[in-house]
Amino acid sequence: MTSATVDELIVAEPVRFWTRSRKVGVGLVVVGVVAALVFGQLASSTKARFTLTDDPAGAALSINGTVGAYLFAIIAAAAGLTMVVMSREQWFSWLLGIGIVSVVISFLCWQISVAPTGNNFMPVVDVMRGTFIFAIPLIFGALAGLLGERAGVINVAIEGQLTAGAFGGALVGTIAGSAWAGLLGGIIGGVVIGVLLAWFAIRFTVDQVVLGVVLNLFALGLTGFLYEQIMRPNSKAYNQPPSFGTWKIPLLDKIPVFGEAVFTGTIFLFLSLILVVVVHIGLFHTRWGLRTRAVGEHPTAADTVGIRVLGRRYANVIIAGGVAGIGGAFFTLGLVGQFTKGMVSGKGFIALAALVFGRWTPTGALLAALFFGFSDKLAQYLAGIRSPIPSDFLNMLPYLATILAVAGLVGRVRAPAADGKPYLKG
Amino acid sequence: MTESEPEPVPAAGATTAADAPIAPRKKSDDRPTLGPEFLRQLWTANTVTVTVLAILVALVIGGIMIIISTPTVTAKFGYFFARPQDALSASWYTVRDAYLQLFYGSVFDFSSIGQPGVTWWQWFQPISETLSYATPLVFTGLSVAVAFRGGLFNIGGQGQAIMGLTVAATLGFVLHLPIVIHLIVALLGGLIGGAIWGFIPGFLKARTGAHEVITTIMLNYIAQLFLNWFILQGGVHNPNRLDAISKDVLGSAKLPRLLNENLRVDGGIILALLFTALVAWLLNRSTTGFELRAVGSNPDAARTAGMSVPRTIIITMVIAGALAGLGGSTVVLGAQANSLTGPVAGNIGFNGLLVALLGRVRPWGVVLGALLFGALQAGGNRMQSYAGISLELVSVLQSLIVLLVAAPALVKAIFRLREARAARLGTVMAKGW
Repeated sequence: MTSATVDELIVAEPVRFWTRSRKVGVGLVVVGVVAALVFGQLASSTKARFTLTDDPAGAALSINGTVGAYLFAIIAAAAGLTMVVMSREQWFSWLLGIGIVSVVISFLCWQISVAPTGNNFMPVVDVMRGTFIFAIPLIFGALAGLLGERAGVINVAIEGQLTAGAFGGALVGTIAGSAWAGLLGGIIGGVVIGVLLAWFAIRFTVDQVVLGVVLNLFALGLTGFLYEQIMRPNSKAYNQPPSFGTWKIPLLDKIPVFGEAVFTGTIFLFLSLILVVVVHIGLFHTRWGLRTRAVGEHPTAADTVGIRVLGRRYANVIIAGGVAGIGGAFFTLGLVGQFTKGMVSGKGFIALAALVFGRWTPTGALLAALFFGFSDKLAQYLAGIRSPIPSDFLNMLPYLATILAVAGLVGRVRAPAADGKPYLKG
Repeated sequence: MTESEPEPVPAAGATTAADAPIAPRKKSDDRPTLGPEFLRQLWTANTVTVTVLAILVALVIGGIMIIISTPTVTAKFGYFFARPQDALSASWYTVRDAYLQLFYGSVFDFSSIGQPGVTWWQWFQPISETLSYATPLVFTGLSVAVAFRGGLFNIGGQGQAIMGLTVAATLGFVLHLPIVIHLIVALLGGLIGGAIWGFIPGFLKARTGAHEVITTIMLNYIAQLFLNWFILQGGVHNPNRLDAISKDVLGSAKLPRLLNENLRVDGGIILALLFTALVAWLLNRSTTGFELRAVGSNPDAARTAGMSVPRTIIITMVIAGALAGLGGSTVVLGAQANSLTGPVAGNIGFNGLLVALLGRVRPWGVVLGALLFGALQAGGNRMQSYAGISLELVSVLQSLIVLLVAAPALVKAIFRLREARAARLGTVMAKGW
């Protein structure tokens, strides 16, 4: 086995003035000042309203556009300044979070205040609901990636698994006439790709990145082929799956704003959130999780203490396929109502980005997925109010954020040590 | 090399290959005579054998998919036990027709010989289509191969190609230059566009250790979104059209057609072969290539020997990006497209990765792989229109072939091949993030 990475050179770092916190702080100050100059200047004094119900005229938080844009930009700069002055690593995430949120609000104050008359409001509930809906496939996809990669198998085939899940969901759901059967079909679709990934990666030690790319093309081609040959000529018999209805969680759905966004939705929303909790607890508080992490970080040591490395990897990658399959089924059973070619459209790669951006942790992946979901929803909302900001650039946000993350500009991102390295006994 | 051609043998006949006689093994140390030695070689797991068998297996699986997805055939399987010959002959003819069309569309159409009114150039139509589709794949394949020899995984061929073709096409319709100069300027623009898009991940890798697989995947999407936005801008968007399409590249910037105005094969394929030779020389004969391979196989040793690893990484990615950018340029400056659209790049970046694997990341191997993929693409078009089999089958075949080539152990197990003595077959070994 040849190793050709150059990033394994570990240098003991002396304590320097320019810590990560200070560097990021300077960046935040710059962003805040620029935001104040740009957003504040361009905003109009129309009231920017953030409506809290689905009624545009109902209860809302409102602020003068110019004041809001300036105020929140200054808050962001202040957060950055605090980071530079205090340089407390433990405050890092909080201050950075405050800074980013403030910049976003400042930006929104500008956009809302200059929107066409009558549209000077942002429906917070709708945006939040949309954020979660856009995030659902990303959460499933990122968790699927996480399950495999924590055990040491890179999963670039999330896109393919989502596609196979969407196809399986539509096909089985229609034939059986039941959304639940469709969900099972979606799981099977994802598992099929998962099994191929596991088999070729573990048994034949094929490079996992290559394998992922190939399996993506395979899944796209296979589902596209079957769609054109079978589904399209007779969509009534094969491509009209029943959808899951909207559920409300009793009591919790009465919570203002959150109730309608988080506790009202399809089964996929609840499943995704439950799975995050389950994976988090499983990974960090159970024997299964300890073994999974051991296999992903140091398989030789794990093997020495009697953990079956390959078995663990097989199991995790196949389970991960099922998880991604659920996310795929969301497209056909929860969102669109039928399978079309290319419907996943890169969500699998954003899910991969969410996994990396979330530093290979379930909660991180959830937050990253929500952030990416929000940027999707924001693009949609801004297009609705005819913003001059091109939606294509907003859609770039997840990818740019991930590049910044892996480049170490927003904290260090480290993959599991044995991720992508096949384990050969002896 | 037969390696480059899709097997004209229909799938159902392919199964007999497994029953072919295994070459007799001689225990004695006698010098082997030519005939048996040839058979022995044929049945060892060398690259050619594995590739050919991988294509065979993929075609068989493809045939099965055709059978189960054609309702008229599956209907006959309904009474299989009453009259099995019905189902079998229907399967055979459906699959045979599909693969015959695949062959007619990519290599030679026998039916065009006897036809009255068929001119000579129509005989070359299939080959021309194959070469035309293969052209960009040679470049994107070389891009992956160069990066791979330098120890880097360039998944970003797609994005680099998109940036390259965006620049090339823009120069193609904005500038007004004399005929040859315009083409050169546009190609250079495409080369630089791709090189910049390759420089970014190279720089990030060299300076921060950011893994190039992650950054290049992300840059692919950024490039695609940028193109989507760019097409609609004033001065770029075609004012006579409502959909998202740019102005047409001027004729002075187009690659010349090689044989005939009606045949789509253009100067791009010549360029592709020239660059293959150039890359082969660069990798195997030049100092840069030596450093590149040294860093690729053992960065620590390279560093000890006084080479600058970060610099080499950046150079590698710039070269890889430039090649992919040129590949994209041949699409918009060649016969495949005239203007920028969202999906104009198709899948050439990702297919380039597959082509490089198929060619065992060697420059001339890449050319063969690209020819195979081009042939499948060209034949697939004809198969879709003449035999009614969806073009998507081609991506299934392509991915299956590469999957099997990447796992020679599987092919070896299926066909019980002998171990090759000096196998260059080692699976591409994983390196992780």
